[in-house]
Amino acid sequence: MKEELDVLEETVSRDYQYGFVTDIETDVVPKGLNENVIRLISQKKNEPEWMLNWRLKAYAHWLKMEEPEWANVKYPPIDFQDIIYYAAPKKKAKVNGLDEVDPELLKTFDKLGISLNEQKRLTGVAVDVVMDSVSVATSFKKQLSEVGIIFCSISEAIQNHPELVRKYLGSVVPMTDNYFAALNSAVFTDGSFCYIPKGVRCPMELSTYFRINTENSGQFERTLIVAEDESYVSYLEGCTAPKRDENQLHAAVVELFAHRKAEIKYSTVQNWFPGDENGQGGIYNFVTKRGICMGDYSKISWSQVETGSAITWKYPSVILKGDNSIGEFYSVALTNHHQQADTGTKMLHLGKNTRSRIVSKGISAGQSQNSYRGLVRAGKHALNARNYSQCDSLLLGDKCGAHTFPYIESKNKTAVIEHEATTSKIGEDQLFYCRQRGIDTEAAVALIVTGFAKEVMNQLPMEFAVEAQKLLAVSLEGSVG
Amino acid sequence: MLSIKDLRASVEGKEILKGINLDVNAGEVHAIMGPNGSGKSTLASVLAGREEYEVTGGSVDFLGKDILELSPEDRAREGLFLAFQYPVEIPGVSTTNFIKTAVNEKRKYHGQPPLDAVSFMKLMKEKMNLVEIDKSLLTRSINEGFSGGEKKKNEIFQMAMLEPKLTILDETDSGLDIDALRIVANGVNKLRDENRAIIVITHYQRLLDYLQPDFVHVLLNGKIVKSGTKELALELEEKGYDFIKDEFSLSEAV
Ligand SMILES: Nc1ncnc2c1ncn2[C@@H]1O[C@H](COP(=O)(O)OP(=O)(O)OP(=O)(O)O)[C@@H](O)[C@H]1O
Ligand SMILES: [Mg+2]
Repeated sequence: MKEELDVLEETVSRDYQYGFVTDIETDVVPKGLNENVIRLISQKKNEPEWMLNWRLKAYAHWLKMEEPEWANVKYPPIDFQDIIYYAAPKKKAKVNGLDEVDPELLKTFDKLGISLNEQKRLTGVAVDVVMDSVSVATSFKKQLSEVGIIFCSISEAIQNHPELVRKYLGSVVPMTDNYFAALNSAVFTDGSFCYIPKGVRCPMELSTYFRINTENSGQFERTLIVAEDESYVSYLEGCTAPKRDENQLHAAVVELFAHRKAEIKYSTVQNWFPGDENGQGGIYNFVTKRGICMGDYSKISWSQVETGSAITWKYPSVILKGDNSIGEFYSVALTNHHQQADTGTKMLHLGKNTRSRIVSKGISAGQSQNSYRGLVRAGKHALNARNYSQCDSLLLGDKCGAHTFPYIESKNKTAVIEHEATTSKIGEDQLFYCRQRGIDTEAAVALIVTGFAKEVMNQLPMEFAVEAQKLLAVSLEGSVG
Repeated sequence: MLSIKDLRASVEGKEILKGINLDVNAGEVHAIMGPNGSGKSTLASVLAGREEYEVTGGSVDFLGKDILELSPEDRAREGLFLAFQYPVEIPGVSTTNFIKTAVNEKRKYHGQPPLDAVSFMKLMKEKMNLVEIDKSLLTRSINEGFSGGEKKKNEIFQMAMLEPKLTILDETDSGLDIDALRIVANGVNKLRDENRAIIVITHYQRLLDYLQPDFVHVLLNGKIVKSGTKELALELEEKGYDFIKDEFSLSEAV
């Protein structure tokens, strides 16, 4: 048993594979935050007046807010004056194809095993690469524009589709929503914008790889997806970050807007640097993700595989406003070493016959803390609302923790809300059974964890699922006690 | 093939195996019988490399290798298979996926490429017929919610898939109905050949009727106290273990 533990320790303490820095010259605004920095960001991005005013309003609001403390995570106070709020790669020429992209950048993606070439060739995925806050490559744009889909960086959208951005920006996540959302609204530098016109089924999975690259550069992406009546889109977001000693703050906002009978499927694989085995470094990931099923019969589905970040604070939510609308949340959150994750969802049932489904799989190893926090609320008018929640935790070793905080608020007698939760441990008996069949501890843990997470993995688009599965195995190899 | 010499093992400081000697040659079937708690499963576990049992003395040679030096997975890959008395449930891992992983890990160890999907399915079909296992079990999580009999059949199915050199069946017959017992026993018989050996741990004559062991050993209080041919099993069935206990305590006294 002792020996087994050692094997575990060893494999669990494997170094972060993606810890390298890309050598691209960057254009950096000095550290710190004040109105001038915001004006500078807006100016650098050549933004219209209304956008600047919106940012300033958010900033003024943020100044009056306090950092939330209710989550089950611990970290030293963040010095918001010690963060770089804007960094853009210098060679930011618009590109039509991969051959025009900075080769250094392409190399970075090759190292991550997500080469654009491969992505394009094998999967037909349109990739809008966000590197240090500015999109440097957009592909497949033409094919998409033929069916009227707009898929571009949010900065471009502000320039080219201001009416759409003005209409929807902040409509799902108001700038006053929470501390980090207010901060994001003030200083967001880039992100993606996606608009699917009425009746259009997006012909491919839309994908963006985010990557944090400049030391001390906070990342404040802003993503906005709007699906008009009877449209469909599947959006993939995947992340890895280079190794850093200092904590990097990441506070993104994602807004999804689904009109009548529209469906938005949003999948994330998050693999930012989690810190080393002593808990040094790593990304702070404070994200606000929310979708609104505005129209009747609309559907929003969040799927996520979270293995990275030192601290994760993230609750992709759905407001079920339209009658008969559907919200889903499928999540695998894996924590190891000293990682802390407080993640979950909110399903807010407002319309009649609205349905939601929550499947959360938490995996904790090392000395990590993994909390599920979920709110299901059925409003007064949410007749016959239905929710089913299932939260399973898997513990690897006995120094880690799994916590479940389900909140249920029902103001409606016809609503049916079901919650199930289980906690299990990878048993020695299970491991020995595997080993007796020639499957070593590492492979056995990967097998069991993959099995545990299967229900969620099945929700991911095929090519993403393969990548996510590898990620789980790499992040965990062998961690049992 | 297998040579056990004066093997001693303890768990939590308590000695359970107190000097086991046993030689098994290729092609042979050995039955081990003995009262509850005498150490039969412990012997199987120690041979398979379960770490909670501490080997305190003796040696085990398997195909020319000192297997006590090998990890459990390497023992398995060298061709040692244990059909568990209590097969373990692993939620979320399908039987097919589990077996495929096992087969390919073994192939990797022997420097062979993994089986492609088509060859694997072909092998599965062939072995499924051998043990008459229900197809629906293979897509379910391994052993989860399987009936006692289904679990045992699944063990034999895995044995068929992995083609071990030495198989230890730990009470594979218990919990099987009459038909299942016949199917399982026939399956085992079909997997017998001059290059393989089997150790059968059992309490009952029924399975031995099918398997016709070459040798029968009686394990009592951590020692093999009597060995004989298949007639010994019949004698035990008739008289119980008492006559051996008496005989044994007599010889101990001398
Ligand atoms: N992990 C363990 N911890 C403590 N005692 C153990 C452990 N494993 C076995 N023992 C003890 O060792 C003795 C032998 O057990 P074992 O399971 O080998 O018997 P067995 O011959 O297989 O019995 P049965 O016929 O009932 O299966 C028993 O007294 C048992 O309680
Ligand atoms: Mg036993």
